[in-house]
Amino acid sequence: MMLPAELLSLKPLLPEITLALGGMVLLMIGAYGGERATGVVNGLAVLLLAGVAGLVVWMPAEKVALFNGSFIVDLFARFMKVLSLAGSAIAILMSLDYMKGAGQRRFEYPVLVVFSTLGMLVLVSAGDLIALYLGLELMSLCLYVLAAFHRENVRASEAGLKYFVLGALSSGMLLYGCSLIYGFTGTVTFTGIAQAAGQGGVGLVFGLVFLFAGLCFKVSAVPFHMWTPDVYEGAPTPVTTFFAASPKVAAIAIFVRVAIDAFPGIASQWQQILVFVSLASMLLGAFAAIGQTNIKRLMAYSSIGHMGFALIGLAAGTAEGVQGVLVYMGIYLVMTLGTFAAIMSMRRAEGPVEEIADLAGLSRTNPGMAFFFAMLLFSLAGIPPLAGFFAKFYVFLAAIQAGLYALAVIGVLASVVGAFYYLRIVKLMYFDDPAQAFVPMPGMLKAVFGVSGLLNIAFFIYPAPLVATAAAAAKSLF
Amino acid sequence: MNQLLLDYLPLVVFIGVALVLSLALLVAPFIVAYSAPDPIKLSAYECGFNPFDDARMKFDVRFYLVAILFIIFDLEVAFLFPWAVAFGKIGLYGFWSMMIFLAVLTIGFAYEWKKGALEWD
Repeated sequence: MMLPAELLSLKPLLPEITLALGGMVLLMIGAYGGERATGVVNGLAVLLLAGVAGLVVWMPAEKVALFNGSFIVDLFARFMKVLSLAGSAIAILMSLDYMKGAGQRRFEYPVLVVFSTLGMLVLVSAGDLIALYLGLELMSLCLYVLAAFHRENVRASEAGLKYFVLGALSSGMLLYGCSLIYGFTGTVTFTGIAQAAGQGGVGLVFGLVFLFAGLCFKVSAVPFHMWTPDVYEGAPTPVTTFFAASPKVAAIAIFVRVAIDAFPGIASQWQQILVFVSLASMLLGAFAAIGQTNIKRLMAYSSIGHMGFALIGLAAGTAEGVQGVLVYMGIYLVMTLGTFAAIMSMRRAEGPVEEIADLAGLSRTNPGMAFFFAMLLFSLAGIPPLAGFFAKFYVFLAAIQAGLYALAVIGVLASVVGAFYYLRIVKLMYFDDPAQAFVPMPGMLKAVFGVSGLLNIAFFIYPAPLVATAAAAAKSLF
Repeated sequence: MNQLLLDYLPLVVFIGVALVLSLALLVAPFIVAYSAPDPIKLSAYECGFNPFDDARMKFDVRFYLVAILFIIFDLEVAFLFPWAVAFGKIGLYGFWSMMIFLAVLTIGFAYEWKKGALEWD
C-alpha cells in the first residue's frame, strides 16, 4: 500500500482533487447518460463547485506550500478560489434557460466550466512558473472551446478561433518570458526568483515584461485587449458571462502573486509597467465604449476599464493595494453577474436581442428590471453609495498612499468619462419611447439579478465582511 | 598527434562510416533496382494530398480528429518510457502516480468512444 504519510501531506490539495475527480465523474455521467443526463450534469456541477468552495473555506487557515513550493495555499489563494468557484457556479445556473432556449443543451458545457475552474484553482495557488503555466493552459483551453460552443454559428466560431490564435500567441510570449526569467535566475519557484533576482538586470526585466504581457492578455488589459470585444460579442451570452467573471478573477490573482511574490526586489520596475497598463486600460475602456451599440461589446470595453482600475491597486504594490484589488474583484464579480443576468433576459418572442437601443423605455415595460439594471449601471460607473464606488475607493486610496497621485487623478477622470456611457443607457431606459417589451425573466436569472442588485445597493450598510477578509488575505502575501 | 584531436577520432570514424553507407545506399538502386517510373510514383509522398497544390483546400475534418487522438496517446507512451526506465527507484508512489495518469487518459478515451469519435462513418 501507499504510505499514508504521503497521502496525508496532500490534504491541502483536497479541493483540487475533489474538483478533478468530480469533473471526470460528470464527464462519464454525461457520456454514458447521453443528452438526457444534461440536467443532472448541470445540477451536479453546481453542487460540486459549491461543495469545493465549502472545502476551501473549511481548510485550516495557515499557509502551506506543497511539492517543493509549487503549490501554495494561503488566505489570498483561498479568497480568490472562493470567488472563482462562486462565479463559475452562478455562470452555470444562469446558462440553464438560455441553453435550453437556444437548443444548445449539451452536458459538455458544465463539464468544461468545471475543468476550467480547476485550472483557475491551480493558477491561483501556483507557487512557480511551471504550475502557473499548467493552470493557465488548463483554464484557457476550456475557454477556447467554450467560446466556440455554438459551433454552427459563424460568429461563435470566429470568436473561438480568434481567442485561440491570440491566446496561443500570448502563451508563447508568457513562456518566452518564463524561460528568460529561468535563464537569469536559475530557478522557477517564486521565492527562489525573489532571492536570486536581487536588483534585477536587463535580462530579467525583459523576461518580466514578456511574462506580464502574457498575463495582461488573460486579464484583457490594454495593449493586449484586442480580442475582448470580438470574443464577448461572438460567444454565446452565458459563455460571455462566464468569461467576464471567474477567469478574470483567477488571472488577476496570479498577476498579483507573481508581482508581489516573485519580484519584490524590482518593484520599481514593474510598477512602471503596471501604471502604464492600468492608465491605458482605464482610458481605452472609457473612450472606446462610447461609440458601441451592442451591449455585449459595451460590456467588453467596460471590463477592460475595470481591469485597469483593479490593476491600480497592484501598481501601488502595498498590502493596502492588494486589499483594494481583492475588494475590487469581489464587487466586480457581483456587478458583472448581475449585469449579464439583465443582458441575458433581453429576449423577445422571436429570440434574444443585444442592441442597446432595445432597452429603450424599459422603465415603462418592466419597471423592476429597469430599476435594478440602472442601479447596477450606476454601480459600474462608481457612483456612491453603491458597491462599485467602494471598489474604486479602496484602490484609489492605496494609490494615493503609495504616492501615485497622477494615476489616481487620471483614474478618477476616466471613471467620469466612463460614467457617460453607463448613464446613457439609464437615460435610454427611463426617458425614451418604449421599444417592444421583453418576455418575462426566467426564475434563475431573476434570482441572480435580484441578489446582485440588492448586494450592490446594500453593500455600504455592512461592508466589513468583504473588506476585513480581503485585508487578511492581502496580508498573507506580504 | 594532439591529444585533443585524438579525442575526436571516433567521431571522424563515425562520419566516415555514415558517408560510405549513405553513398552506397544512394548508388545501389541505380545499379541493381528494376525501374519503371510514372508521374505518380515520382511525385513526393504527401499523405494522400497533392504535394503541390493550393494550401486553402477543403479536407475531411476527420483527419484532424484522428491526428488529435493520435497525439494524445503518442504522448502517453512518451511519458511511459521514462517511467518504466526509472521504475525500480520511484517506488509505489511513482507507480500509483502513473496509474492515476492512465486512469485520467482512460476517462478521456471512454468519452471519445461514446461520442463516436473512433468511427469513421
